[in-house]
Order: sequence, then structure tokens, then C-alpha cells
Amino acid sequence: MQNTAQQGIDRRRALGVIAASGLSFALPAMSAKAASRRSNERPKSLITLWMNGGMSQLETWDPHPGSDSGGETQSIKTSQPGLAISDFLPQMAEHMHGVTLIRSLTSLEGDHARGAAYVKTGYRLEPTLVYPALGAIAAHQLPDPKVEIPQHVSLGGDDGFPRGGYLGNEWDAFRVFEPGRSVTNLKANVSDSRLGKRTAGLDFLAKQFSSSRPTAAKNTLHEDTVERALKMMSSEQLKAFELDSVPKEVLSAYGDSRFGRGCLVARRLVEVGVRSIEVSLNGFDTHVNNHDGQKTQADILDPAFATLLTELREHDLLESTIVLCISEFGRTQRVNAAGGRDHWPNWFSCVAAGGGFREGLVIGETPAALAPPNSKQKPKPSDPIKIPELYATIMHAMGIDWNQEIITPIGRPIRFADADPVPRLLTDKLAAGITS
Amino acid sequence: MKPLATAFCIVVVGLLLMLVMKVGAIEAPVKVPTRAAIETDIDASISRVNGWLRQHWSDENLEPAERADDLTVYRRLSLALHGTIPSLEEITAFQSDSSNDRIDRWLMKLLDDPRFSDYFSDRLARVLTGTEEGQFVIFRRDRLRAWLSDQLQADVPWQQMTTELIAGDGLWTSRPATNFITAASIDDEGIDVNVLAGRTARAFLGQRIDCAQCHDHPFDSWTQSDFEGLAAYFAQARVTAGGVTDRLQEEDEETKKVSAIEYRIVDPGADEGRVVPTKVPFHEEWMPDTGSRRQQLAAWVTHPENRRFERAIANRMWGLMFGRAWSDPVDDIAHPQDDTEPEDLLDVLGQEFRSNGGRLKFLIRLIAQSDVFRMKSDVSWADADLYDRMDETWAVYPLVRLRPEQMIGAMFQAGHTRTVNHNSNMFVRFTKFFNENDFLKEYGDATDDELLQQSGTIPQALLRMNGQFTREFTQTGAFAAAGQILQFSGEDKVVVQNCFLACLTRLPAEEEREFFVAQLRQRKTESEATVETAEETEEELRSRAQIIQDLYWMLFNSPGFSWNR
Repeated sequence: MQNTAQQGIDRRRALGVIAASGLSFALPAMSAKAASRRSNERPKSLITLWMNGGMSQLETWDPHPGSDSGGETQSIKTSQPGLAISDFLPQMAEHMHGVTLIRSLTSLEGDHARGAAYVKTGYRLEPTLVYPALGAIAAHQLPDPKVEIPQHVSLGGDDGFPRGGYLGNEWDAFRVFEPGRSVTNLKANVSDSRLGKRTAGLDFLAKQFSSSRPTAAKNTLHEDTVERALKMMSSEQLKAFELDSVPKEVLSAYGDSRFGRGCLVARRLVEVGVRSIEVSLNGFDTHVNNHDGQKTQADILDPAFATLLTELREHDLLESTIVLCISEFGRTQRVNAAGGRDHWPNWFSCVAAGGGFREGLVIGETPAALAPPNSKQKPKPSDPIKIPELYATIMHAMGIDWNQEIITPIGRPIRFADADPVPRLLTDKLAAGITS
Repeated sequence: MKPLATAFCIVVVGLLLMLVMKVGAIEAPVKVPTRAAIETDIDASISRVNGWLRQHWSDENLEPAERADDLTVYRRLSLALHGTIPSLEEITAFQSDSSNDRIDRWLMKLLDDPRFSDYFSDRLARVLTGTEEGQFVIFRRDRLRAWLSDQLQADVPWQQMTTELIAGDGLWTSRPATNFITAASIDDEGIDVNVLAGRTARAFLGQRIDCAQCHDHPFDSWTQSDFEGLAAYFAQARVTAGGVTDRLQEEDEETKKVSAIEYRIVDPGADEGRVVPTKVPFHEEWMPDTGSRRQQLAAWVTHPENRRFERAIANRMWGLMFGRAWSDPVDDIAHPQDDTEPEDLLDVLGQEFRSNGGRLKFLIRLIAQSDVFRMKSDVSWADADLYDRMDETWAVYPLVRLRPEQMIGAMFQAGHTRTVNHNSNMFVRFTKFFNENDFLKEYGDATDDELLQQSGTIPQALLRMNGQFTREFTQTGAFAAAGQILQFSGEDKVVVQNCFLACLTRLPAEEEREFFVAQLRQRKTESEATVETAEETEEELRSRAQIIQDLYWMLFNSPGFSWNR
């Protein structure tokens, strides 16, 4: 109890702590030499590019031009021999030799909210238990004491951001609505001098409150949370969120878009040591005019994703960073009367790059022919991969025990991933380490 | 103008009109009832509840905490029943009432206020339908909330409301209780009976049986067959153009063959579905022989001997009043193995509730007048182990974090000296509406289980410290509370006192008063040193304004604001 009262809220002390920490991840980006020295040591990070609304596999990673399901989309050759993707993604076509492409991802949910919950967590939505997002598990399992800013960040997302679920809401993603433009609420509205007076008064009030409530006040973690928030406000690492000093040509390489800026900020956050970042691109729910709608989004995705991979490689961070481009489901084979495609969880595509995923790997084939209408037999892709299998694989690649059971607040033991990893998605070295 | 654009304009104008009409409705102010107007038949029930509690503490060999002062209890009541703290205007009126029974009469006033039924209807709607958006058109949360609000205002018995929710027929607009059924509707698939079975058990029986959908409950006596049998009661419910109804027969689209509607489950690997008969897990004798399946289920759930029904609502209301359920989680109450098990507090509350008409306002009063609700959350000693034991046994008022909607409600009210209610001007009410939505988006709204105990997060602390809401509500302009307190309070010590009352609903302790008055005086001295005359200059006023802004900021960010105490 006395310890709590003595802890207090002292900004100067927080600044002192920051100064003493030495900031080994100080910006700007570390030299290539330094990066290479650390590459094998640093824990892995995860960047999820979230294609919100349901990215059409047929207009992106799995086109079927000339078939009944293909629509107007054409395909182009890629840097991976024998692999063609949509002509909407010319820059990414140059990177396909370095990534894993899964065309046979399957989901169980065809509704946006339920689909997103499933794909973000690997578990179906339940009324009595909120499952943590993959990014929250990564941040929870691989904490880095040197990182003073949130370890789990969502850039440009809106509703349905990744949550901490049963791990606690402290593992919810820290949300930045306009990446690169402003980080909400991180700057005090007053001068340092006034902030000092404010925190001194707050400290006084907090002590008054806790002195007559043994343990209960401490259990609220109120002072601890305020102290950590103050520390974050004065952290040099916040510069990772800012793009003022980034050369214009780098910015334009990512594309002049909110998503592009998000990808650039994500790369900078990885450098600082942030564990998991989700960058959202909205607008894929193309029930009307699918072809043009998907092209609009692909035009934004293509330069951002390609430049992100290039920059991670250049900074020697790709080995320690998994980049996953994924959506809540795919879109129907059939084009509807409004020229749109509807929700299709039966199969869809995702791309995983870096962090130990194989290079130039393509998993699964999907039917080009339309399934007969009202058929009770649902068409299937070859070599299907389930979301929990993908997440167990990512967890293993990151060094997280996917099989670990957590006793949830409702007393039920739950595994982090509800499946085993898929060895063939990973490099031989990583695959050899899988034990169930 | 194109037809589509015209239609869009009509819809927008209509929505705005609805909002204006809703926002603009002026209602007569709620008066504090006289002693004579309060039913006194509750006294015996309160004695029984408190008798059980005192025996409970005696068995635990514990002395409960001291009685809290009336202002503290008033704040708790306001937060629980209106989702906000009392305004300075209300506090002044409350303090001018010097009678001994003022807190009980003000409790009645709070229950009669439309803010109670509006706020509580939202709480109940979450319990009944979760927080998902649901199917467009056929799920109308606004109608369900309005209906619940009317029922609460009229104090309709909970048994009656439950029956209407489970078994009601009709359109989701004209018979809003049917939204309980349509909320479980899935696009192209119809009603999800599993969702309804799970919600029925949680909301009305206080039991989580959702996991039994796939396997027997690991810790309780619910089996998968129990779950399926319960779900079968909803299998004949259909959403039609005429609304929710039950159908006994249906025609197959392909074969045109008419057959009885049964609940069928296709097991993994099986070609044909198996028929699942209706079944309840206990006391089948409570089930009536007549009525639709849903009517039968409603009669069984609300049966006078079904302890689980009254225990569930007692635990739910206890949870909403304290922010923490007596039995936590709120909807996972231990399943009585047999009906001869000894009574606990939930039984006592439940029996008093049912024998007095099953009215929710009565139950709320019973809880709000219990010894636990009137105790202090603080003690004058420092034995941490003893405090923990008292906390576990409800021998001290529990510290519970304000829920997101309470937090913005409290901040908004603290930013206004006048009460923000149905009679506030339209601008204030519009601002409140939009502020609430924006705040909840940033702060993070509660999930379906809003009584889940969670600690605060760093982004929430940052929002409180640096967010636009704190900036707005700590302003010292002529229309803001901080500005009016500064302008009209006079002496420094009264300024500090009014800030404490407006934000924390309490008077400052002597050392707190001295601490902040000293800050005000210190700043005056600093300012006087920079000006040549002793008159209050513009610079000095700004300086005092800054101090009050800072004080408001400190109070907003203090644990005493964020926690129900």
C-alpha cells in the first residue's frame, strides 16, 4: 500500500527513465550494418495489411481471365516463373518470387463482422468470450521493455479494430486514424510547466484516494496507467509515427494515400521494435461495379505493399518481419446483376512475406468454372488452408507457442491457435522446429 | 432532381426531424416525492435483505464498513440509474433538503426521471440482443429500446416483459419486443435458434450454456442435448412480411411437399438431419400443454417456482447498480443442483422481488437501500488483507471503473452546471448526443458483457488527459461549468469546493481545499508581481482561469472521477 502511495506520478522521473534507457532503437533508421548485426537477434514483428470489406481474389491474387468467373480482369506474369496475378498489381508482380501466396484460404463466416472477427482471431465469434487478435497475442507473448510506445498498433482502421479479448483490453490495438498526419491525444494541450503543475496536483489527489483504500486503489492500476501514458507522451520513439522528415520520393513511392502512409509508418514502427501493426485499407465491399471498385483499391495497395517489402528488405528487416495481406473473405465467382461480386468465404487469397515464410511458394488452386446455381455441393479449392492453421504457422514463425493453453476469465482453457502449423509454408529450418 | 437523390433527401430530412422531435420533447420536471408518496411496504423486504447480509458478515467474522455520506450515495445512484453524475444544480437542491430520509426520496425521483428508463433500456437491450448491428430493416434496436423504456417507466412486471420478448408475435416496429427474435436473424439463413437458446439462458436464467452447443458443459450439468432441446423451442419461429410468427408446417421449395416443421440438426458426416425434440433440462412439469413452442418456453422460464429466473434478474440488477454482479460473471450463476439448496442473497432478493409483483423498480430500490449500497468504499486503517476479505464478501462498497458511457456522461455533466436532461436546450442535447458517440468510438465501447471487470488502458488515459472532450469541458467560457464557477463562486475556497462538487460530487477534504486554494493564491501573487495595480487585470483573470482549467483537468483525471466509489 505504501509503495503505491510512494510511486506517484512524476513526469520528471519518467523523463529520467527515458534518458537513462539509452534508446537503442533511436531514429532515424539504424544503419544497414547495425541492422545486420541485430537481424538474427531481434524478435519478429508482424505487419498485417487488412483489406477491409472483402478483397476479390479474382481481381488480385487469383485471376481466371477468359473463364465464366473471370470477369473483365486480365492477368500478368510475375517474377515467379509460372505464376500470374491480376494486372491491377504490376508492382507486386515483381515481388512474387519472394512471397508465399495462398489461394485456398477458407473461412466459415460470410458476414463482415463475423468474418472479420474470425479472420482476426482464428476463432468464431462467441457471445461469452472475446478472443484476442493474432497481433494482440504477439504483443502479449513477445513484450519488449525497451519499447515505450504501444506494442500493438492499428493504422487507419475504424470499427472492428484488433482487440486484446480475454488477454485484457490493455492489449487492444492503439489506434491511429490518420497515420503520418497526427497521433491523437499524445500531445499535452498545455506547456510543460503547466503539465508539471497538473501532474503534481493529480499525484496529490491520487494519494488521497489510495491512502484510505488498501489494495483496492492499487488494483485499479489508475496511477500506473497514467504514469505510463505520461512516459509515452515524452518518448522519442513517438517520432516513428511522424513522417515530416521522410523524403518526398519515399512518400510518393508508397503512394499518396492514407494506406501508403500507414505502410510507411508500420515500417518505422517495426524499426523501433513495435511487435504488431495492422494497416487497414477500406473499400473492398464491391457489391456494385466490382471491377472498377477493386481496381481503385488495388491501385492503392500495389505501390504501398511493394515499397514496404522493398524497404524492409533494404533495411534488413524482412527476415524478422512477417507481412500478411489478408481480408475477411473473398468475393463470389459469379458477377451479380449490378456488376458486383458478393461475399465468398469458401476460398480466398492471402500473401505472406518475410519472417521465415517460403519464397516463391503458391498454395492451392481454385475452380475457374462456375458452380451450378442452387447446388447443394459447394465447390472447394485444392489444398485448403484454414485460418487457425495459418495463425499457428505465423505464431510458430514468431517464436510463440501456438499450442499454449490460457485459462480465460470464464475458466475455459483455450489454445492460442485452434490448429497445428503448416510446415510447408515455412523455411526448412523453421519447419523442422515444429512439434505438436 | 433524380428520384434517388429525392428519396435520399426525404430520408435525411425525416431522420433529422425525428431527431429534433426526440431531442426537442419538453417534459415536466420531475419532483422529489414526499414521504407519504413513497410506498413503505418495501421496508420489510429491505429488512430481510439486510438481515441476510448481516448474518453473512457475522459468519465471516467481519465488521462491515461505515455508512457513506448521502452525497456519495447520491453519486452512485445517479451513475447507476442515469449513467452520469449529479449536476451542481441538482447537488445544490439536494443539499438544501435537510430531512433524514432525503436519499430515499431522491432515489424515487431518479427512478421517475425519464433519464432512468432511457438509460436502463439501453442496458437491457444489450443484455437481450448484444451489441451487433443485426440485420438491416428487420432488427430495430431503436424500437426495442423505446419499448423497454416504456415498460420500465410503467413498471411492467418482468415476467410479463419476458413473455412478450420470448413469445411475442408481430412486426418489429409495432411489436418491438419481437426484435429479441429478429436480432438473431442471419442473412439468407433465417433465425439462428442457437443464438436464441444461448441468449434466453443467459438473459433470463443467468446461465451460460453456449458451449453446450458443441459439447456438454465442462463444469455444469448442461448437456449438448439440453442445449439442442432448448433451441428447438425457437425452431418454428419465422420472420415474414407480417412480422415474427410461428409456423407448424412449411412447403419445400423444390418438392412442394408440405410437412411439419421440426428442428433438424445435420451432424458432421451425416447425410440426413436428425429431428431434435423440444426439451428443457429440468422441471418438465412446469411446461404447459398448450400454446406455441415459444409460449410454452416463456411459461416455463417465468414459472413461479423457477428460482433461476428471479436469481438471474436479481444478479443482473445488482450488477447494474454496483457495476459488479453479486455472482460474477453476471450470467453464469452457479446452477442449483437441487431446489433444496440453502438460500443465498440472490434468492432473498429474488423472492422479495417476485412476491412484490416482479417489478424492476422495486428490485432496484431494494438493492439501492441495502446496507452494501450505503457503505463507504474507504476505511480508516491500512490492513490490506482485511480490506481484500471485506471486498470479497461485500463488506465494503466495491471500487468499480466507470463504464465508457458513464465516463462521457460524467464528463459532459461536469462541464455544465445545469442538469443535462430532457429539458435542456436543443443545442446542449445535440452536443451531448454527438459527443457521446465520438467519445465511445475513441474510448472503446463495452462489449456484450458490459459488467466484465477491466482495468483502464493507456489510450483511455491519453484521451482523458489530452483529448478534445477534456479540452472542451475544462474551458472557462461563459457557458462552461468551470467558467461559471470561477465567475460566480466568490471566495477561493468556494471556487475549489464547487469544482469538487461538480466533478466528484463531494466536498474537498481540508488538506485538499488548502492545497488548491494555495495554488489559486500563489498564482494571484505571481500575477500581482507582474502588474503595477492591485486591480484584477485581464492577465490575472486569465491566470485564474488557467488554474481552474488545471484543477478541472486534475479532477477529471483523478481516480475518484474514473471509479465508482
